[in-house]
Amino acid sequence: MAGQATAFTAPTPHQSPGLPGLSLLGFNRAQSIAFLLLLAVLLVGPFVLYPVFLMKLLCFALFACAFNLLIGYVGLLSFGHAMFFGMGGYVAAHAAKVWGLSPELAILAGGAVGAVLGVVSGWIAIRRQGIYFAMITLALAQMVFFVCLQAPFTGGEDGIQSVPRGNFLGLFSLAPDMNMYWLVAGVFLAGFLLINRIIHSPFGQVLTAIRENEPRAISLGYRVDDYKLIAFTLSAALAGVAGGTKALVFGIATLTDVYWAMSGEVVLMTLVGGLGTVFGPVLGAAVIVSMQNYLAEFGAWVTVIQGCIFVACVLAFRAGIAGEVGRWLRVRL
Amino acid sequence: MVQDRRSLLMSGAALALVPALAGLPSRGRAQGATSLKIGVLNDQSGVYREVSGPTSTACVRQAIQDSGIAAKGVNVEVVQADHQNKADVGATIARQWIDRDGVDVIVDVPNSAVALAINGIVREKNKVYLNSTGGTTELTGKQCSPNTVHWTYDTYMLAKSTGGAMVKTGADSWFFITADYAFGHDLERNTSAFVQAAGGKVLGTVRHPLQSTDFSSYLLQAQQSRAKVIGLANAGTDTINCVKQAAEFGVTRRGTKIAVMLMFINDVHSLGLTAAQGLVCTESFYWDLNDRTRAFTNRVKGSLGGNYPAMSHAGCYASVLHYLKTVADLGGAAAKADGAATVARMKAMPTDDDCFGAGTIREDGRKLHPVYLFEVKKPEESKGAWDYYKLVQTTPAEEAWRPVSEGACPLVRA
Repeated sequence: MAGQATAFTAPTPHQSPGLPGLSLLGFNRAQSIAFLLLLAVLLVGPFVLYPVFLMKLLCFALFACAFNLLIGYVGLLSFGHAMFFGMGGYVAAHAAKVWGLSPELAILAGGAVGAVLGVVSGWIAIRRQGIYFAMITLALAQMVFFVCLQAPFTGGEDGIQSVPRGNFLGLFSLAPDMNMYWLVAGVFLAGFLLINRIIHSPFGQVLTAIRENEPRAISLGYRVDDYKLIAFTLSAALAGVAGGTKALVFGIATLTDVYWAMSGEVVLMTLVGGLGTVFGPVLGAAVIVSMQNYLAEFGAWVTVIQGCIFVACVLAFRAGIAGEVGRWLRVRL
Repeated sequence: MVQDRRSLLMSGAALALVPALAGLPSRGRAQGATSLKIGVLNDQSGVYREVSGPTSTACVRQAIQDSGIAAKGVNVEVVQADHQNKADVGATIARQWIDRDGVDVIVDVPNSAVALAINGIVREKNKVYLNSTGGTTELTGKQCSPNTVHWTYDTYMLAKSTGGAMVKTGADSWFFITADYAFGHDLERNTSAFVQAAGGKVLGTVRHPLQSTDFSSYLLQAQQSRAKVIGLANAGTDTINCVKQAAEFGVTRRGTKIAVMLMFINDVHSLGLTAAQGLVCTESFYWDLNDRTRAFTNRVKGSLGGNYPAMSHAGCYASVLHYLKTVADLGGAAAKADGAATVARMKAMPTDDDCFGAGTIREDGRKLHPVYLFEVKKPEESKGAWDYYKLVQTTPAEEAWRPVSEGACPLVRA
């Protein structure tokens, strides 16, 4: 943790200039290369791997990035992010199916609900720190879960089914998987770059200062609670966008996404990928989602293999995949 | 020496190519005959493992063997996967199976959210969907599909058999312990309606949150109501916990009956007869029901690893058997090409198998067969392994299922 802290205090953009053009985004050289790699994977991926699987992966990657904004850059461990993700999914699905909104508006509706929930739960939770903060978010998420279980519009344990993907901007049909894929890739990229922009903005620097030493940030005159609440709301809104996008990809919104286990899963994705790294959550999401998908045919062995991989990750990759690779190559990813 | 090693490597590579090349013509031949792929999608690691899981796959393989389809030039392959009770995982697998791996039929699928998600996908891709372990009536109701057959049971039939048939045996006053969510409310409402229609009365109900661990206060309320039957309108671990605590309270020993709305023989097995004795539940298949069911169980038993088939497994067997009969009738290529046409043919042909006897498939995809109300034996009555049930009542196929007119299935109106 100490090593990480010193790495963060270094003013990155000036220390190692990025590739021309990409330095604007606040990337250093290693991050620029990693970003170009990510772009290449996004472009080539659907021709190699199954597009629906990739779309799912991107939705979870955005969810994990949103979560990472909070834990990696403000140091707040929320254990209730499933409520934003799941509720975003429900609202987007309801908007697309019942209100007949176009997909882009449905996704935005998901994000808006995430933001509203984020303001309310954040306002309550940021009054406490550490484990108390985590427990408050968990409690609020359980309340949302029970609302989803009972509310008529969510369909209880049947969920909302056969949600139409609709036409993007009323022009392009999203029914073919490849069209949907480009939309999802666009949403992911926009979210990813937005998070990156937030991290590297003056606002993001204040967040990092709060994470490193909250009393000092207060003594410097920052209204810490306001900053935390804004970060919490941004993270919740992006989680809502991710959930809404996922609901449209699969045409379903179910209780799985609001269940507390989903909050745990996103923590795992971020931990496995690398806390407080830009690309870590994407890698973590890739690992966890691939495991769920490709281990499915092993039947009962899924959970055993998952467990072994987690143990291996925890023992071998203390700082997560991106953290360890970065340390190995002496760069910050 | 260097030359030698290189030539050795070359010949090794050439040798490695031989089987690949030799494989080509045989693959060509395999395409000449039709080959079908059946995907068994269920829970292999969670709460539904015992009632679906690997036993379902074994029953599907048994159906392929019993159908003798291989002799008719159709090659059938089975793949399986664990949906981990997550609708998105199930949906990804199903899409991938159909788009990439050429799966023609998806079988089993417990958990109503996953079951309905697969229903939509199979319809979109025009394949065949044989649901056995899902219980939601939506599959043959508003969300019914021309590509789906719902084989084994649903919540309507459970409520009708357990509610209606029990009152006929004299158990005419009821108290419900209900899981406080849509599934529980539905079961309670449906069952109450059948109890009242049969001339019984409901003395009261109490609702508990999902996944409770302490049912003592609910059980005490139920006992104080002096109802003859306590109906458990919940499922899974809630039911198991409730039954165990009722056994500790000695509820059934005092003559009160406990009616479990959804229970499989495998649940009775894991509870043990001491705790489960006297429970009343509904299944549409029991391995020891008649000569045909016993014959089926003896054939399949060896490959189940100590488990016995429940109605859900029997449904996987019977639905795949009927599907393969239809394939033999239509021809493999035609069956592979059009899922909806295959299901239409399945509905036109009468069914007959060892598990459910003779039956039919209705227009809305509902398979019709008789339904049985069982009582769990006392430990001293059980004569051997898995000898658990006494038959109490049989509801004939014509009465057991929800009438088409109440289902609001759009296929029927069209």
